[in-house]
Amino acid sequence: MKDPRFVRNVLIKALVLFIAANVLFAFTNPLPALGRLSAYNGLFRGRLRLPYGDRPDLAYNLSLFNLDAMFASHEIASGRKPADEFRVVLVGDSSTWGFLLRPEDTLSTLLDARGLVTPSGKQVRVFNLGYPTMSLTKDLLMLNRALRYQPDLILWLVTLESFPASKQLTSPIVQHNPQEIRELIAASNLRLEANSPEFVNLTRWDQTLVGQRRAIADWFRLQLYGTLWSATGVDQYYPEKYDPPQRDLTDEEAFYGLEPPVLNESDLAFDVLGAGVKLAGDVPVLFVNEPIYLSNGQNSDIRYNFYYPRWIYDQYRQAMRLRAEANGWLYLDVWDLVPAGEFTNSAIHLTPAGENLLAEQIARTIMTLINPR
Amino acid sequence: MTLPQILIFVVFALLVALLRRGPGRIQAVQRLELIRWLLLAGSVLAIYWMQPSLPVRYLDFWLPTATLGLAVLVWAATRERRENNEKMSLHEPDARVVFTRLSASKQSTGWGLLRRLRRLAMTLHLRTGENLWAATVLAIIVLLVGLMRYLPDPACCLTSTRPPDLWKIIAAVGIIGLTAYGLAKVSPSRRSIPQLVTLLLIGVFIVLKTEPLAQAAAAGLRALSGQSTRLASALDIRWLGFSYIAFRLIHTLRDRLTGKLPDLSLREFITYIIFFPAFTAGPIDRVQRFTQDLRKLEPLDISPGGQRILLGIFKKFALADSLALIALNAAHVEQVKSGLWLWVLLYAYALRIYFDFSGYTDIAIGLGKLMGFKLPENFERPYLKPNLTTFWNSWHITLAQWFRAYFFNPLTRAMRSGPRKYPLWLVVLTGQLSTMLLIGLWHGITWNFAAWGLWHGVGLFIHSRWTEATRARLASLTAQPQRWLSIAGTLLTFHYVVLGWVWFALPTIELSWKAFGKLFGG
Repeated sequence: MKDPRFVRNVLIKALVLFIAANVLFAFTNPLPALGRLSAYNGLFRGRLRLPYGDRPDLAYNLSLFNLDAMFASHEIASGRKPADEFRVVLVGDSSTWGFLLRPEDTLSTLLDARGLVTPSGKQVRVFNLGYPTMSLTKDLLMLNRALRYQPDLILWLVTLESFPASKQLTSPIVQHNPQEIRELIAASNLRLEANSPEFVNLTRWDQTLVGQRRAIADWFRLQLYGTLWSATGVDQYYPEKYDPPQRDLTDEEAFYGLEPPVLNESDLAFDVLGAGVKLAGDVPVLFVNEPIYLSNGQNSDIRYNFYYPRWIYDQYRQAMRLRAEANGWLYLDVWDLVPAGEFTNSAIHLTPAGENLLAEQIARTIMTLINPR
Repeated sequence: MTLPQILIFVVFALLVALLRRGPGRIQAVQRLELIRWLLLAGSVLAIYWMQPSLPVRYLDFWLPTATLGLAVLVWAATRERRENNEKMSLHEPDARVVFTRLSASKQSTGWGLLRRLRRLAMTLHLRTGENLWAATVLAIIVLLVGLMRYLPDPACCLTSTRPPDLWKIIAAVGIIGLTAYGLAKVSPSRRSIPQLVTLLLIGVFIVLKTEPLAQAAAAGLRALSGQSTRLASALDIRWLGFSYIAFRLIHTLRDRLTGKLPDLSLREFITYIIFFPAFTAGPIDRVQRFTQDLRKLEPLDISPGGQRILLGIFKKFALADSLALIALNAAHVEQVKSGLWLWVLLYAYALRIYFDFSGYTDIAIGLGKLMGFKLPENFERPYLKPNLTTFWNSWHITLAQWFRAYFFNPLTRAMRSGPRKYPLWLVVLTGQLSTMLLIGLWHGITWNFAAWGLWHGVGLFIHSRWTEATRARLASLTAQPQRWLSIAGTLLTFHYVVLGWVWFALPTIELSWKAFGKLFGG
């Protein structure tokens, strides 16, 4: 055996280097910079929607909390915006993201495929920045990021499920980006608790190399999955079977603790919508109330679907319309546009045909907006 | 092996290394004895610990026990030869001396039991005190592992799930003991015993590697344990390390028949069969070489072993596991949009399988080095070899050597020395095709593994004919063309091997053809 002192020295040096690397990592926080370092839009084509997935081995996609890495992997980050492009970005929930839809069947792709052109000859190009999980604050987070990519129009698809004030901070992507959310809360004076315990606040130990190993691994896996995304165009796991939206419903009328008959609007996060409009500044924001599944089964006189009791959904729609009118917001309500047969596994997820109906309606609205005549 | 398991093994290996170096007060002989006992006990515990949990109740306990049982039985079946072969025996104290001493101690309690034990030991050819102790230690460890079922969580258990009732374990140990007794009694004069045991091992191997048979066996085991047979699957019987154990056991049985097997104590034999660093993924060491390391006590340098383990961990857990995310699989063949991308996924598969396997080997060799064992190399830069023959001399070397020694050489020798004279090319073709076919089927008895084996068999045959035909011409070439030829040969060999992985990676012949079609622009 070699001199034991040699082994001891090796171990001590390794330990010192290990500690130094961890301390350096904790105090410099290189994760955002690492996130911006991306194999997408270079080695691999950019993704058509933000990374999300809980079956990475089958979806070639995964959920992570590094917003920089997420946006860097998106096609919207592929370079400077062309001069002849009229850039439209979509924000919204899993319906906008395109749950159970292939990339070519999502709302953004279908809108793109329509080849819309502005009166000045600019090509309308639509980017999907929807992200699953339902919270307006999560949408605001994405909208805030989207503004870095010079949109000309923002389509914000909403549904009542994203509105309850009590669930604004429940989305994991919101909880894991507390600093950015706090800045939004402060800038827009949102009615949200900046020090909510729902936020994931990292201790110094959590910020070390060891503490952040999962985040680093996620970033690395995201880059690797670029290979399979480019090779296959698959970015989601499509189960062979899934349950259709529930047709027969309970007679439960409460919604997130809200009871009939009157909706107290302060229980819904309308202020987040206003914050989005304010953040967007000169960029117009078109709110779209998403199509929902309208059941005709048991208790459908009490509820529209699994999500919504009728009393609150009707009042929500009215409140949205009134607020839009009062604030001069652009608003399109297409809640009943899609027939019940064109929903996949929930009251808001559409089939390709349902998505096409929605795209047609939205395309007409976009053209009205950019060509008022 | 998982990372925590590797860490524990490293600590254990360092303990052995420390003992080899030797605290001053302990004599060298005592240290060597201690190390050998530690290796036996550590390896036995390791095989229970590493066995993954299985859906069949208690199977994660019974399979390691069966491993030990098989090893004990084979040891018993190979005893006679060594007793006749005195020149190969070790200088161990005779059991009689030990027993006489024990008798002299006149420990009245258990005196009768001791006498009975002695009689049994003599019948079992446990000629040395060491063998008796080894059998006792093995039984005690198995019972202790079983006894852990009575510990509360989280102290329970070493095995993945709670072990079976103690009486069942005692019964199993008894059955193994009695069978070993029977084998030891009948095997001395019968060459057929090792042959029968070899056939038994091959039979078990075939059952485990053939999906319908494995599924039927799983159904049987489920029925035995009172579980529904409806959910039986071939994956129910994932017998950790069996492929490698079978090779080591057959090697000892075969060498016993040819008189090449050295005299081994039970402790040495079991340690060789289940030596924990090489238990799950080889390399397949030869017993003659292994026991040399086991019997010597030399000071060693732990740095090379440590470096090798780190290299192996990097290869396996950083490179191979990353490449595994994008390596070719059945779903990709349907999903991939162009042949070019399929090539990328196939290259990823080729690199992944190399880094995975050679990483494990590095860890095994490194752990061995820490403890003073020079386990044989299994990989020597195989993808950089200029032809398929040299590739197979550097890819899974110990497996190829095993097949060469126990199948290819005997077969070709028989074909050449038999009454009927076969042309040389036919001998080579038959030898290479059948050897590679068996190597393919060793991975699993499926059409695709057979195709993979034949792919390499054909490649080896073509290469041997090409070499034969061009030897004179190539020898006359100057260095520069030789160099270019070597580079071209390396590229060609690499791609031949890479294309061979298509058969290996995909589950059906149809899908493999489809993949070939896409790879070549179809």
